[in-house]
Amino acid sequence: MLAYYARLAIRSFRRNKVLTALMVVAIALGIGASMTTLTVFHVLSGDPIPGKSDRLFYVQVDPRPRSGYVAGEEPETQLTRFDAETLLRGRHAERQAMMSGGAATIEPENANLKPFSVDTRWTSADFFPMFEVPMQYGRPWTREDDEGRARVAVISRMLNDKLFNGADSVGRELHVNGHVLRIVGVLRDWKPQPSFFDLTLGSFGRDEDIIAPISTALELELGSNGNMNCFGENPNDDSYAVNAPCAWIQYWAEMDPSKADEYRQYLVNYSNQQREGGRFERPANVRLRNVMDWLDFNGAVPSDVRLQMWLALGFLVVCLINTVGLLLAKFLRRSGEIGVRRALGASRGQIFLQCLVEAGAVGVVGGLLGLVLAALGLYAVRQQPVEYATLAHLDGSMLLLALGMTLLASLAAGFLPAWRAMQVTPAIQLKSQ
Amino acid sequence: MDIRPILSTLRRHKTAAALIVLEIALTCAIVCNALFLVSQRIEKISLPSGIAENELVMVRVSGIGKQTNAMARTREDLAALRALPGAKAVTVINQLPFRNSSSNSSISRKQEQERPTTSVSLYMLSEDGLRTMGMNLVAGRDFQPSEYLDLDDVMKGAGRDQAVPVIINQAVAAKMAPDGNALGQTYYMGRQPLHVIGIIDHLATPTGWNNNRVESMIMPARAAFGSGIYMLRTDPARRDEVLKGALAALERNDPNRLVREKLSYEDQRKDFFKNDLAMVGLLVTVCVALLVVTALGIVGLASFWVQQRSKQIGIRRALGATRGQILRYFQTENFLLATVGIVLGMLAAYAINLALMNQYELPRMPLAYLPIGAVLLWLLGQAAVFGPARRAAAVPPAVATRGT
Repeated sequence: MLAYYARLAIRSFRRNKVLTALMVVAIALGIGASMTTLTVFHVLSGDPIPGKSDRLFYVQVDPRPRSGYVAGEEPETQLTRFDAETLLRGRHAERQAMMSGGAATIEPENANLKPFSVDTRWTSADFFPMFEVPMQYGRPWTREDDEGRARVAVISRMLNDKLFNGADSVGRELHVNGHVLRIVGVLRDWKPQPSFFDLTLGSFGRDEDIIAPISTALELELGSNGNMNCFGENPNDDSYAVNAPCAWIQYWAEMDPSKADEYRQYLVNYSNQQREGGRFERPANVRLRNVMDWLDFNGAVPSDVRLQMWLALGFLVVCLINTVGLLLAKFLRRSGEIGVRRALGASRGQIFLQCLVEAGAVGVVGGLLGLVLAALGLYAVRQQPVEYATLAHLDGSMLLLALGMTLLASLAAGFLPAWRAMQVTPAIQLKSQ
Repeated sequence: MDIRPILSTLRRHKTAAALIVLEIALTCAIVCNALFLVSQRIEKISLPSGIAENELVMVRVSGIGKQTNAMARTREDLAALRALPGAKAVTVINQLPFRNSSSNSSISRKQEQERPTTSVSLYMLSEDGLRTMGMNLVAGRDFQPSEYLDLDDVMKGAGRDQAVPVIINQAVAAKMAPDGNALGQTYYMGRQPLHVIGIIDHLATPTGWNNNRVESMIMPARAAFGSGIYMLRTDPARRDEVLKGALAALERNDPNRLVREKLSYEDQRKDFFKNDLAMVGLLVTVCVALLVVTALGIVGLASFWVQQRSKQIGIRRALGATRGQILRYFQTENFLLATVGIVLGMLAAYAINLALMNQYELPRMPLAYLPIGAVLLWLLGQAAVFGPARRAAAVPPAVATRGT
């Protein structure tokens, strides 16, 4: 029966080639545009560290001076060196790490390579287990190394390939800004997207090639990259000094989500202590957000991407309405034919099914073509000068969504016209013939 | 023309008519908002910078390891750059309009003020800065050679006991002294007094950080290479040549440095706005695609209706209706449908704009966009229906006499 309906559908398409093509193209454009933007949105709003994102918390306290205080305001975004180091020594959470982005110039031992600059991350030992950083060779440094300001570094696989042709470089030396660091570990490919642990340097696309203890980086005055907000009088003009009133450090704590309230209270107590000591001037104002909340709060998904998604979905709706209207007109124009078939004994259900097959065929062909367009669209996104460009790929779940959407689109496009077609009253149609 | 017969015909095709109205409404709503977004982006892209954009090239170099005497090297660099053939003027600056990275500071009218009066973007220039950048002084004077300090010394507290001479732009002047006499006033940056010695007409901020796109202030402080950017002013036609010469001169001064940036200011500006430009392209493409799909939808539906009613048209023609009347019948029908769609579309456009205002800090859409959208869709509808309507008008009266 269905095969017969399919043959009828093909015959009907042949009669109106241009119109059929128009409907197919409209659905294809709609699906293509929506799938492209939905994929980009999906990639950008994904969980960068699944399974652990609810155990990792971003810590904020408010060390700013009394002046300019507005009740209910967000606290300072980052921590000062003093607060970060004090909290780190407190070890109140299961694991904790302080960090900042940085940059360094590497002078390769290999004389064929010119000196070059890389992005870096200065952090503390817990960074590796907290963020599940995978190691190819060697191992991360230890808390003792942090305290001893050890001249050690972990390097990325890419840097290891460039400097040591991918060989096990543990124990080798790295000349950084005129200092020597000993390589203790080499990463496997590791690039969480978005780079949630530090959103001050852009959320996507940054490669950090050296990870080294922040205590060492401070001692060697290697500097930092990212935002630094200084407030109040700076006693010795060095923004990186322990007592400098400058917030530039990101601080993460790992704990069971059930312990978060208790940790929040710990931060309030800490703030109150600091206020009694005269360092803090504002009422205790702390925040503790897990990874997804932190990303959401920072609007890690660019607003343009959201906008594009809504635009594409609107476009899809217009394309679907367009197809529904055309199918409806097409079916109703065949009222006479439908009347004859009904009079010859076809049930309403059979008419409905026949029309749905025809509409569904339009939807499925349009949807498949739409997938091709989406692949093209994503290719176009990858050519765009945006930092998330390389991430725009269809994955399994998006492919499933695309197929679901195609099915839904074809049914949605076919349902109303088929419904109306099956209600054609045979008697009137036959009379008007 | 009597529209009653049209209405009664449409009543017999309620669903199809409703669908086309809905399609027109949605298209109208989306196109109005998209055009508004496009105009917002274009306004952003075409912001004036306040500097001689097409005459400037920029170079930034950085050293390896800690630089012990960066300032002395910077002075040598500047001297070498000044000697380049084709370089009209040279300066070192800490930041540029439309470049990611900005230095900002709050300034107050009075020192004891609880909240600062405004926040400005802080530019620092070395000797010859105003002339190199092509900034346009409208009141007061330029910095004198004795007023320039090294930025490193300023950070260490040099000159902190006395007022620092500053040049502000008109936007800051208007904010600090609404009565128009900012020149010669003393303002405060924290505890540091600032003395306004000059006013330039316009200078955009680097990034629009903190929603500040226009308020800028200039201090006479020399940034050292590494953080500072060398700016060279030249003839637009000689920019490539001067850029090459500058790189060679810097290499001669110290071969052990990395060139971080080397480009014309025009390229810098283009790079800064590339995302906005891409978004404009995308929005325009979607608008065109929407209009085309809607137009084809109208053509398709009208063609069906014309075919369906060919007998009715033939009867009307046989009863004396002219071709023109048949043509106008379909045009009027389309006009009615488009009008209903446009009215609904405008309400939807307004609602979408409200939603966008909540989500993206977008301003309210000016009402002028609504008539633009309306006219666009009316024209689109008429253009789309013209073909089918002409085919309808061509139906010969003899059709009435035939069977089906």
